[in-house]
Amino acid sequence: MSFLGFTALPRAETSPVALLAVPLVTIVLSIVTMVVMFSALGADPGVVLYSFFIEPLSSSYNLGEVLIKASPLILIAQGLAIGFRARVWNIGAEGQLIIGAICASLLPIFWSDSQSAWMLPGMIVIGALAGMAWAGIAAYLKASFNASEIIVTLMLTEIAKQVLYYLLTGPLKDPSGYNFPQSVMFPDAGLYPTFGGDGVRANLSVIITLVVTIGCWVFVTKSFAAFRLMVGGVASDAARYAGFSQRRAIWMSLLIGGAAAGLAGVGEIAGPIGKLQPILSPGYGYAAIIVAFLGGLHPIGIFFAGLFMALVYVGGDIALVSAGIPASAPVVFQGLLLVFYLASYFFVRHEVRRVPQADGLRGAA
Amino acid sequence: MLISPGSAAGSGAQPESLLRLEGITKSYGSLIANDKIDIHIRPGEIHAVLGENGAGKSTLMKIIFGVTQPNAGTIYWKGRPTEISSPARARALGIGMVFQHFSLFETITVAENISFTVPGDIRDLSRRIRAASETFGLAVEPDALVYKLSVGERQRVELVRCLLQEPSLLILDEPTSVLTPQAVEKLFVTLRMLSDKGIAILYISHKLEEIRALCHSATILRHGQVTGHVDPREETSRSLAKMMIGRDIPRSTHAEAKPDAKIALRVSGLSTRERDPHAVNLKGVCLEVRRGEIFGIAGVSGNGQQALSRFLSGEETLPAARKGEIEILGDAVGHLGAAERRRQGLSFIPEERLGRGAAPGLSLNDNMLLTGHRLGMVARGFIRKRVRDEHAERCIREMDVRCGGSGSNASSLSGGNLQKFIVGREMMLRPKVMVVAQPTWGIDIGAATMVRQKLVDLRDAGVSILLISEELEELFEISDRMAVMFEGRMSPPVHTRTTTPERIGQMMVGVFDARDEIATEAAQ
Repeated sequence: MSFLGFTALPRAETSPVALLAVPLVTIVLSIVTMVVMFSALGADPGVVLYSFFIEPLSSSYNLGEVLIKASPLILIAQGLAIGFRARVWNIGAEGQLIIGAICASLLPIFWSDSQSAWMLPGMIVIGALAGMAWAGIAAYLKASFNASEIIVTLMLTEIAKQVLYYLLTGPLKDPSGYNFPQSVMFPDAGLYPTFGGDGVRANLSVIITLVVTIGCWVFVTKSFAAFRLMVGGVASDAARYAGFSQRRAIWMSLLIGGAAAGLAGVGEIAGPIGKLQPILSPGYGYAAIIVAFLGGLHPIGIFFAGLFMALVYVGGDIALVSAGIPASAPVVFQGLLLVFYLASYFFVRHEVRRVPQADGLRGAA
Repeated sequence: MLISPGSAAGSGAQPESLLRLEGITKSYGSLIANDKIDIHIRPGEIHAVLGENGAGKSTLMKIIFGVTQPNAGTIYWKGRPTEISSPARARALGIGMVFQHFSLFETITVAENISFTVPGDIRDLSRRIRAASETFGLAVEPDALVYKLSVGERQRVELVRCLLQEPSLLILDEPTSVLTPQAVEKLFVTLRMLSDKGIAILYISHKLEEIRALCHSATILRHGQVTGHVDPREETSRSLAKMMIGRDIPRSTHAEAKPDAKIALRVSGLSTRERDPHAVNLKGVCLEVRRGEIFGIAGVSGNGQQALSRFLSGEETLPAARKGEIEILGDAVGHLGAAERRRQGLSFIPEERLGRGAAPGLSLNDNMLLTGHRLGMVARGFIRKRVRDEHAERCIREMDVRCGGSGSNASSLSGGNLQKFIVGREMMLRPKVMVVAQPTWGIDIGAATMVRQKLVDLRDAGVSILLISEELEELFEISDRMAVMFEGRMSPPVHTRTTTPERIGQMMVGVFDARDEIATEAAQ
């Protein structure tokens, strides 16, 4: 396989420095490309950069926004990364988030007058369990019939969305909501307390994310269970040889990912949204995949990658107004991140060489 | 051992030079794989390149076949400096190569496979294949489907494919590693015939007896350097080995086994149905390994040994209804997974070291944890790194594993050193039954001898060992009884001390004789 007289060959060794450089190079290249692109559309590059990366950090309100967007991204990415290390590809965190949110919202919808202090903890537990159950479907199908978890989780996301739409236009619709497809507003007992001052929407779900991040760090670096998962990912034959169960790895990976996504779903409905509505997340479940890889599948890396991705979300909203760029800017930037990540990872793993003269072409033919 | 001394061939060789390498050097980073190598090959000469694994043989062949380019030095082809920039260029010059691992498509015919590299329509090609197979004594049927062919037949297909391109130099990489003794004899007849016709052969091997029987000259490599150009017919195996490893060969020593009547591992009537339709199924395999003996299983690879080792190790399991087909120390274990069988006292050394016996990309510490976790390395679900590292370091010390410490990556070790680590680790588990597959395949003599000695030591300590090996010499050296696998069937066991390689060779092609002294009874 060659292109314009060049071919890529796998490197014998990859240096750890190069692996560390991957996320940094990815981010720098993405920013440069974005600035060039939006300048071509007539935006002032200085303003674009300022509104993307400085302004989100300039006021407590904006900081709060960054935190509440980073929180679900980090939470989901931590869960997914554990599975990704075992090469179990849960692509459907978005669906697990939706189902987690739906199930958790049953408490505040049916007991909308309740003042019980158990309401929020109840929602957290139910949300996590529901996300697990939804991911468990994919685990069952994979473990029993070897059905690709990539496709199953992705399709389950579409089903989850339809379930949400059905419930919001029927059983869970607010009876006095002028027929809008949304639930009643949750009582205060069903909401995370906010902090950081007036108008700031950051809430205590951030604490949960912090606790989960620390928990993941302990799990990944110290536990034997995570070691077994990881061996299954890097060398499945060695895992089988050692007697580490593949079935167990599938279940564990998907259940952990589902629980994290379900928790993130609770963070949305019990946080800034405060009710069940058709749009629960701006694609956190998918963006978290990028966050997981950008963070090198390491809990600490994911924490910073999640903050960065949240910055892009918030900065994109700001730049929309101040620099006059298109509304799709954050999604474009996510796309750039993914493309540059894959490209730089490829070049860390491969070296480019010139194909020797015409002989090489004959040899390849 | 099994081969009669070579004819005084080389008579047809013309004096002029076919291939000459001068000062060929190739380095990968800090590792110098080839250091100023000089080799000189005449037409019709059978020239051996002899060396341990990692001595630089493969790199040298890759340079000659154009797969990789040297950093320095010159290649003269028929007296002219030549750059061999690719395998296609090598073929155009008249260099053919048969690799250790064959490159044939299994689901199409021999002629169709050959048509990928040799132009011409299939009918014409089939005719030429038949002609070539008659001329060179290489029985090959052009219309046969490749998946039905034995390993020996596949090798003949590769050879015919090379010969149809009328090479003046043929490179053979460890060609006998997959052959029975009888097939080796046949191959040698063909190679001598080729030599008489003026085709030079570059013969890569680590089997000293073969080289002495076949080759006219030999270049010996050690650590990337040439340590000698000799006429192998005038050397002894011992002197060749000394040049190859730089010191005398250590030999493993042991007395006759004293097995007791207790059966530690029993397989009774194990039959399997593989998912891959081309794979070999086990057909009613029965065997019994006593406490304190080494039971060898001979056979050409691909006769069901892989399936047997997977079912014995627990990497594949039987349905609970058939659990009694495999017993460890009297307990039915056929339905148990690999981890549970280890708990019953089994340990297993697989034939693939990197990727199965050890995880590449992980440190030796982590690879110690892989199966050694039962040795107190895990407490309440958490890894006790200190205990783990201590075990890894002890294993490295006791097995003399050459590496940069217990933190070094498993992939950075040579095959022999990694194997020593794996053997050491599995011994630390204090097994009662050990299943070992191809323990010395492709590792240097020093490491191989050590591994064999450790197996004998284990046996003397009362461990039952099942040794699956393709190396007859190894089986004759250390096993007490042995049986042969052929097409998924197991021969009756024989006593190693009362049988001959020729007898085993016959069994390797499926001639199991009921009159054979059945060792089971004799051992009682």
